[in-house]
Amino acid sequence: MFKYLKQLTSLVAMVAVLFTFTTESMAAKKSKTLKNTQKKGFVRCGVSQGLPGFSNADAAGNWTGIDVDVCRAVAAAVLGDANKVKFTPLSAKERFTALTSGEIDILSRNTTWTLSRDADIGLTFVGVNFYDGQGFMVRKSSGITSTSQFKNGISACTNIGTTTELNMRDFFNSKGIKYEPVAFEKADEVVAAYDAGRCDTYTTDKSGLAAQRTKMSNPDEHIVLPETVSKEPLGPVVRQGDSVWEDIVRWSLNTMIEAEEYGITSANADMMKTSDNPAIKRLVGAEGEMGAAFGLDNEWNLRIIKQVGNYGESYKRNIADTGILPDRGPNELWTKGGILYVPPSR
Amino acid sequence: MTVIAVVLVFGFFTYNAQVNMENRGIDFGYGFLSQESSFDVQFSLIEYDGSHSYFRAYLVGLLNTILVSVIGIVIATILGVIVGIARLSPNYLINKFAAFYVEFFRNIPLLLQIFFWYFAALRALPLPQDAEAMFGIAFLTIKGLYVPAFIWQNFDIFFYSIVAAIIAIIVIRYQAKKLQETQGKQTPVLLISIGLILVLPLISFLIGGVRLSFEVPVLKQLATTSFIYEGGVSLPPELIALALSLSLYTATFIAECVRAGIQGIGKGQKEAAASIGLTPNQVLKLVVMPQALRIIIPPTTNQYLNLTKNSSLAAAIAYPDLVLVFAGTALMQTGKAIEIVSITMFTYLSLSIAISLFMNWYNNKIAIQEK
Repeated sequence: MFKYLKQLTSLVAMVAVLFTFTTESMAAKKSKTLKNTQKKGFVRCGVSQGLPGFSNADAAGNWTGIDVDVCRAVAAAVLGDANKVKFTPLSAKERFTALTSGEIDILSRNTTWTLSRDADIGLTFVGVNFYDGQGFMVRKSSGITSTSQFKNGISACTNIGTTTELNMRDFFNSKGIKYEPVAFEKADEVVAAYDAGRCDTYTTDKSGLAAQRTKMSNPDEHIVLPETVSKEPLGPVVRQGDSVWEDIVRWSLNTMIEAEEYGITSANADMMKTSDNPAIKRLVGAEGEMGAAFGLDNEWNLRIIKQVGNYGESYKRNIADTGILPDRGPNELWTKGGILYVPPSR
Repeated sequence: MTVIAVVLVFGFFTYNAQVNMENRGIDFGYGFLSQESSFDVQFSLIEYDGSHSYFRAYLVGLLNTILVSVIGIVIATILGVIVGIARLSPNYLINKFAAFYVEFFRNIPLLLQIFFWYFAALRALPLPQDAEAMFGIAFLTIKGLYVPAFIWQNFDIFFYSIVAAIIAIIVIRYQAKKLQETQGKQTPVLLISIGLILVLPLISFLIGGVRLSFEVPVLKQLATTSFIYEGGVSLPPELIALALSLSLYTATFIAECVRAGIQGIGKGQKEAAASIGLTPNQVLKLVVMPQALRIIIPPTTNQYLNLTKNSSLAAAIAYPDLVLVFAGTALMQTGKAIEIVSITMFTYLSLSIAISLFMNWYNNKIAIQEK
């Protein structure tokens, strides 16, 4: 009897300790995420399972891409070293659960910003790092040059768990075309099935089509149709409820874009400290107290620019030079005819 | 002690989940089930498109899971019994071939087999425009199997004729059994049954005005090099690949159950049966099988359960089963992870329990009845 009593007491004590621990950690402290990240020494970042140009691992396990650069920028700002990032490859289906459950702290995985995602499921989108739109890829030999040539019975391969699935229905319904959706869980299988001839068309974001085309057995046999059927603003996402962390990620991205606007690059960032332009001096930490509000030092933005580069450098390195989308299109700065426009750092 | 621990642990997790969800602004509730789903599904047994509700999408996924499980169970059982008996064959070639089949297919992970049948076999199939007709009416292509559709006239009369035949067979079997028990007379029940099930529907064709015609699939051009077949019934290659791999894999285990069952019957039983003058067929039907079944059924039930649960690997090859449609797309579009995963788990649990209950009932039915 005493033996059981002893066991019971220890169990109750254990449970009580666990409860106090969780309730204590629930208390609204200033950025739990920032604190944890600094304690761990790395940023936990969710990326795709392999999308060239956005987030893709090479044979040695090094991740590159513009989505990867967002996480590296945050690591540079928060930890002082852009390489202190732990990347977790996620499928479209897993990504939001991984973020809301706390397995990762930033989701930077070509994710479309929509109302329902922002409002419903405990997520906050912090900005846009790539303006995209859904398109269709077909075989050149099919003779199709426009979506207006699609006919009843067409089969379309795509991924599950994406806005693509919904846009596809809207598109075909509005045209009154009966279609066969073939939806896979992983992008590699979509490509394999389309490549084998299972589907007449492959639909996803145009940047994705351009990137996946490079994985086909013969990329020259396929073309991306000119029509864009949806708006897909892609950007990094954080968990709802930690506004300081949200601001850090947002302004890390904004810093990269604004640095390009003012011509600050990884090469000339140190020299820009002595610039005459106060806006530039603020961006390299030479004027004002731009980090204090986040609980960071004053050179957090300088480190981003020095270690990761500005948005233009990141785009060139990952997307233009790899031949995925050499033309920046809407992802050009607002001063150069694009729509990239961020609030000022001041 | 254990109960308290379980309740405490469970309560702790529920409480924690609630607090976490509240902190992150996630609502809990099943109201989403009646909302419009707004996504389409490739293949569905009931009428469905994106304007229906999430609940309807759930039903679509559930029915597709049941469909592939039933097809898989039927094929796996037939194949398993044949291979199991073949492994006991005195013929060296048949025996070794069956053994090779069992060892080969049961030792390769199922997911790899599914990928093989889908991607390797799929690539080997012709494009619709190159497909050769099978028997002049069916086409097996990379986009699926196209078979003619049946178009019935007065289908109800045909249906009634089959019902009538089944009722007649039950009555005759009952009478035959009584006749055998009271007077020891044997009636050729099987022959009469086959005759009835053929003759009655035939009569419905001849005098009942039942007509059956076929709608053969016709090739249609979508673009220069892109074709499909229209008309008839099309089975998606995802269903074929999944059903095939599930049956081939599970059949190996069922074959071993069958072999164990038959080998579990003592030699003396067969010799005793032969010594009282039973023919070899009667020995198998009246002495060996009734006893062997009692050994075969329980492990085979496990295989049926495994097959049903394994069908959730469908998500890998785009077959729209419960996991792909509901725990995949619907979960993504609504973000209701806890609700959807719990419904899905509960559904698989119910399916498995239903199969177990049925198999236990059958097992009890054939168990030794003490008189």
